Amino acid sequence: MAAGPPYNLTPRQVDCSTLARLVPMDLTFSPAEETFRAEVRAWLATNVADPPLPSGDTAEGFAAHLEWERKLFDARYAVVSWPAEFGGRDASLWEWLIFEEEYWLAGAPQRVTQNGIFLLAPTIFEFGTPDQQQRILRSMASGAQTWCQGWSEPNAGSDLAGITSRAVRDDAGGGWRITGQKTWTTRGAFCTHLFGLFKTDLDAPRHNGMTYLLVDLAQPGITVRPVERLDGDDGFAEVFFDDAFVPDDMVLGGVNEGWSIAMATTGSERGLTLRSPGRFLATARRLIDLAREQVAVADTATRDRIVDAWIDAEAYRWQTFATVTDIVDGKAAGAASSMVKLFWSELDVRLHEIALDLLGPHAELVDGELAAWMKGYQFALSGPIYAGTNEIQRNVVAERVLGLPRR
Amino acid sequence: MRFAFTDEQLELAAAVRDLLAKECPPDVVRAAWSNADGRANQVWSALAEMGALAVMSDEARGGFGMTEVDLVLLLEESGRCALPEPIVDTALVAAPEGWVDGDASACVISPESPFGVWADTATVIVSIAADGVRVVPRSEAGLTARDSVDGARRLFSVELPEVAPVAPVAAAARVFRRGALGTAAQLVGLADRMVSMTVEYAREREQFGVKIGTFQAVKHHLANARTALEFARPLVYRAAATMSTDDPDAATHVSMAKVRAGDAAAQASRVALQCHGAIGYTTEYDLHLFMKRAWALERAWGDTSWHRRAVGRAIL
Repeated sequence: MAAGPPYNLTPRQVDCSTLARLVPMDLTFSPAEETFRAEVRAWLATNVADPPLPSGDTAEGFAAHLEWERKLFDARYAVVSWPAEFGGRDASLWEWLIFEEEYWLAGAPQRVTQNGIFLLAPTIFEFGTPDQQQRILRSMASGAQTWCQGWSEPNAGSDLAGITSRAVRDDAGGGWRITGQKTWTTRGAFCTHLFGLFKTDLDAPRHNGMTYLLVDLAQPGITVRPVERLDGDDGFAEVFFDDAFVPDDMVLGGVNEGWSIAMATTGSERGLTLRSPGRFLATARRLIDLAREQVAVADTATRDRIVDAWIDAEAYRWQTFATVTDIVDGKAAGAASSMVKLFWSELDVRLHEIALDLLGPHAELVDGELAAWMKGYQFALSGPIYAGTNEIQRNVVAERVLGLPRR
Repeated sequence: MRFAFTDEQLELAAAVRDLLAKECPPDVVRAAWSNADGRANQVWSALAEMGALAVMSDEARGGFGMTEVDLVLLLEESGRCALPEPIVDTALVAAPEGWVDGDASACVISPESPFGVWADTATVIVSIAADGVRVVPRSEAGLTARDSVDGARRLFSVELPEVAPVAPVAAAARVFRRGALGTAAQLVGLADRMVSMTVEYAREREQFGVKIGTFQAVKHHLANARTALEFARPLVYRAAATMSTDDPDAATHVSMAKVRAGDAAAQASRVALQCHGAIGYTTEYDLHLFMKRAWALERAWGDTSWHRRAVGRAIL
């Protein structure tokens, strides 16, 4: 809900160079970047499975995806922007964007590790102890540890600060005892670990008194119940905590400082790290391919809708390039990530709606190769809801970008 | 990859913005509605004096020999203040080709924009057609006045004598793209102005005992308009950059920019009017000056549908 840093970056990616601002606009990638693109493209062409893997939001599909993640990790493509010591390539932000463009264009699998590597990891890079970084980051990148996000509770959705799950001090055990419930936890039924916020000071004001905890799900006192999502997969879970234990070395950041730490993660979720332009460019290209195969595309209204969607995918790409240039220059982008989230989530829905309209009566089929569009549509529909609903994002844009009064 | 303006380019834009804020406030635009020629001559002279009209002109002719990237922010500023001057026709279309210089102005017509704007005070009429570009002294053109919804835009039906093109077909395509690009930049400036002035209004205006800007209905209208602008702007800047390097896809990029800038301005004008309520519906209030300019420019230099179809031919 509130804005964190616009895009979470590991510190080494920020190069505060004032000299850069004397360099003229240049819309080409360097030879080294183009070489990297070619390498990534070639590797993906050899290694991406055909036919595609089963959905990673089912038990059997999740296992298949973990094998894929291991393959990515071994080739050092799992987390290209991370430091080499944690399994990355120290890639620049530009190289990361190139990787993403190629990854999605190749039709490579969804990233079942995404909530760890894109949401939790930036927070661990920023707030974690060296020991936590050593213990967690590599395991997360290889898929040995899989992380789900424990934000929402039955009575705390958009109003995240309204959580009631609590952690009580266990001095004898050297940690915290947690009680309560998280819900809508994506891939919670398959993951080994959960990161989330828990109340540690019940008397503190609303946004204080929360602590960011890293929870091992394989222990007594934790019950996970899979919840079937709109698309029929067990992609959600309810997670119940009944006196489960979290040792002190799994507290991320300071006790009672969880809110501000968590906000860094939500900023990342809305922004480019989770949903880079490459995804939507790839979907838009697939839409255009689909349209070219259809006679109906002579229809002007449909053509116009496709063109508009393509323009938006391009707009997102160039808006991102502008943002990344600013980040490289050391400028902060602020609450703009809320506009980004509004834009990509609505674009994704629109891209899939157009595809379903092109498919006509075939759209309802959930078998065969065209079923990906209906599947993708149902997933796209979650976009305007998760990571802070679009209504909340509009409030953030109005209040923090435009400066309209809160009340 | 570096998708940003240089400090120098930003400083130049800021200088033009300051100049226009001082010399071309809404009162000056309003005065152009009722004066003899619909223009703001003192602003035009000031822009000529600071070199803004010669940014892309040949150095041999006293210009700066710079590119679309150097000029695009200035054109955005001219949109922000609804400058009642033919700056796109002159600085982006005619001056770089050497058809005008100094403080002379050009009036450009084409099949997509057949009415000559400020044609009666132009030095030359430039006619873009399928077979090339014709440049005719204004005195040789037959002009019949037409009234625009934007009272500052003095429109004319133009009749030209039979003359041969001075520039070939390729030049015609280039200058048309430039005109569309400049118009897109102005539309972005107009959209930004309308969103900003509506935010200011919503921060002050009270109903039911509170500022209307506290209402989510108002916030969400403005957030949507601001978001549309956020994603239109990079398309305009990208098109300026690829125009400047003669990228073979530049025409498509310009069309994308024109589509999204036009849509953003259309959305901003609807939202601005709705959030202002009745005061915005009066001509005493300034909003209409910007709104009507946007309505005109959305349909100038190829309307949004024209450019959308052009993108469609390129990608489908």
